[in-house]
Amino acid sequence: MLRTLFSFPGGIKPDPHKEASARTPIAPVPLPERLVLPLRQSAGIAPLPTVRVGERVKKGQVVAAAEQWISASLHAPTSGKVADIGNYPLAHPSGLPAPAIVIEADGLDEWQERQPLDWQNLAPQAVLRYLQQSGVVGLGGAVFPSHVKLDTEARIEELIINGAECEPYITCDDRLMRERAAEIVSGIALLRDLTGARQTLIAIENNKPEAIRAMRGAISEHRENFAVITLPTRYPAGSLRQLVYALTGKRAPSNVLPTAMNVQCFNVATVHSIWRATAHGEPVVRRVVTVSGNVRAPKNWEAPIGMSMTALLQLSEPFSDTDGLIVGGPMMGLSLPLTNAPITKGSNCLIARSPRIFPPRPPESPCIRCTACAQACPQGLQPFELYWWSRARNFDKAADYALAECIECGCCAYVCPAAIPLVHYFRFAKGELAAAAREQKMADSAKSRFEFRQFRAEREKAEKAEKLAKAAAAQAAKQALAAATKSATFEEQAQNAVASSQEERH
Amino acid sequence: MITCSPHLREANSIPRIMRLVCVALAPGIAVYTALIGPAVLVQICLSSVAALFFEAMMLKMRALPVRRFLGDHSALVTAWLIALTFPPLSPWWLTVTGVFFAIVIAKHLYGGLGQNPFNPAMIAFAVCIIAFPALMSQWPAQGLTLPFEQQLEIVFGFAPRIDALTAATPLDAIKTALKTNALHANNIQELLMSQNLYGTFAGRGWEWVTMTYLCGGAFLLAMGVITWHTPFAFITSMAVIAAFCWLIDPGRFSDPLFHLFSGGAMLGAFFIATDPASGCSTPRGRLIFGCGAGLLAYLIRVFGVFPDGIAFAVLIMNICAPLIDRHTQPTVFGRRARESDRR
Repeated sequence: MLRTLFSFPGGIKPDPHKEASARTPIAPVPLPERLVLPLRQSAGIAPLPTVRVGERVKKGQVVAAAEQWISASLHAPTSGKVADIGNYPLAHPSGLPAPAIVIEADGLDEWQERQPLDWQNLAPQAVLRYLQQSGVVGLGGAVFPSHVKLDTEARIEELIINGAECEPYITCDDRLMRERAAEIVSGIALLRDLTGARQTLIAIENNKPEAIRAMRGAISEHRENFAVITLPTRYPAGSLRQLVYALTGKRAPSNVLPTAMNVQCFNVATVHSIWRATAHGEPVVRRVVTVSGNVRAPKNWEAPIGMSMTALLQLSEPFSDTDGLIVGGPMMGLSLPLTNAPITKGSNCLIARSPRIFPPRPPESPCIRCTACAQACPQGLQPFELYWWSRARNFDKAADYALAECIECGCCAYVCPAAIPLVHYFRFAKGELAAAAREQKMADSAKSRFEFRQFRAEREKAEKAEKLAKAAAAQAAKQALAAATKSATFEEQAQNAVASSQEERH
Repeated sequence: MITCSPHLREANSIPRIMRLVCVALAPGIAVYTALIGPAVLVQICLSSVAALFFEAMMLKMRALPVRRFLGDHSALVTAWLIALTFPPLSPWWLTVTGVFFAIVIAKHLYGGLGQNPFNPAMIAFAVCIIAFPALMSQWPAQGLTLPFEQQLEIVFGFAPRIDALTAATPLDAIKTALKTNALHANNIQELLMSQNLYGTFAGRGWEWVTMTYLCGGAFLLAMGVITWHTPFAFITSMAVIAAFCWLIDPGRFSDPLFHLFSGGAMLGAFFIATDPASGCSTPRGRLIFGCGAGLLAYLIRVFGVFPDGIAFAVLIMNICAPLIDRHTQPTVFGRRARESDRR
């Protein structure tokens, strides 16, 4: 199918490094003894624990339930005993611990009773609730609860399935499409029915010919009319707004949701997990993780959620000079020291770091305004101007230059000849702007509180004065009345006296 | 060690960019040297040494890492541009004075690399041509072949600067003729064609030098060091106004080809107006910048008092660059054009 693709601005073509890990099939992981499940596995509100320490759980059993709509439940990735509920370190640069449930595996890996969902005969809202209870979130990395994305009044014209996988090193979606295309296509059909999308577009970068072939084959087997769109390989082709534009020509500022453009977008791994949940009754308890970089055996592992990152890394045999991890891709991922933090639903890739593959960034030079960053920015921003204002701590000016539209894709810092960590500056500026906005809000509310207090005091004063005046008036009236009655009786007496005296005269 | 994403970098650096600019200048320098003599190379060495000296001195005074910043080669680019825009037989102290103004005042006193509002090499040219107009106008006379020692002696002041050594540039000659009304219809053509003074179409082999600058510029474009906007607008605007004047009175004004390939037009279009720090940074801004610089360069070189107009044209546009940038911000992806203009 021929289709005109729209070309988003900028972008870069880094060395893909995908070959090594894409060669071998997705491999199962030997069951770890201990799994740490951070409660916060998705955007929104963390679910609340439903198990107690010492309780036995089966694989797939809910251990923390979503109480709010923008939240997703969490399940035991294997059978065993709840060993602890407490604070454990996460894969986060702060290294701060966060609430988690620890499960000690019993080695049986015994599933709870699984039942497919008869989704075709259910109301859409019931299906969404089921997805929420199955813990389905965006597995591309953003971990936004999928049912919330499906809960929309907007008419969806194009359903976009994101298999672009544009970041270097990451191949988990590539392998998933090659090996489980049929399940993905079934999942897409489900989403198509749920959204009522007029058109379904599956976007894959042209450096994954086997995935494209597999998906096309599965589509024709299922007799579906989904279109597999081959995207030119250019980072960040898989970024939501760039992808929507490339396929549909629709674009909007960052504060406009895709549904407002009548578009919805899901990652292929998410679609796969949706199908596993509905057709097999399997909640999200594992995910495919690419392990690559400075390792002897780069591979995609199907790892249980909660497995230690270093334990997973060990399976791919890291070389001895490995000095850290990159969680996520090398363009947007987090760089961490070797950590025992657990794999979460959002961990799509672990890259073993070494000074050889990831040489430290040279010291920052002055910006010469060469505009390489502006030419690379997929959002059409002028990063050197943003840098200038951020560095000068003139954050309002940075906001004027559309800092809010920065997607932190890292293209600018990738091309910068002066080695300026531009994204770092932008995150800092965004943080400062957010803090300023919070402060402003607090100041505003304090001001309105103060003003209300002032108003209330005035009102009370006025009320009191009124009350006093009223009381005084009432008193005065009473006195007047008393006086009047008194005078009235006097008059009466006088009259009576007069009358009686007159009567006496007759 | 925790670092911020992205964890990958393209193999590009400021020293690499500066080296590419030097490489792009090399063919022009070779042809220029072949035509004029080794004095050109002497000037380049002289200005390079002076530039590195002043750069190191300023870095030390500003308490910056001397070795690292000296290694960015930006002072070399400035030095080479000064050597190529000054007359090749200028006395050594003139070149050093130019370099001093460029490096110390135009560059470091304004904040150093990337902060200079004006093109340092053009500040050097402007200061020297105002302070020493006679020396800055002495270009080697046509067919002048001096032995190397004599060229050295002239540059270093051991030999008298006899007037016969130097002559007006073709641009200057034509301007003088225009001013004194000595030319009549078709005289420019005659001047250009009949006398060997002016080479084939741009004078005294100049077209070969400028042609190699054009090739160097194409190389910079191909390497992604500069964008097409500024040189394209510069060349187009100069060609258009030159063609306009030439069509009105071909006897008094020379043709566009002459203007594009004489003096500093090509050097200006590809190497000077494209200076990222002092020029415009938005695509539309660069078109305006190039257009203005080309137009002003023509007006100054034809109607002004100086032999060439590139330096003043670029400096005037440097003044306008921040304003142009402000009003030519590109549309942010996903936003409407008007939203981007509102700042």
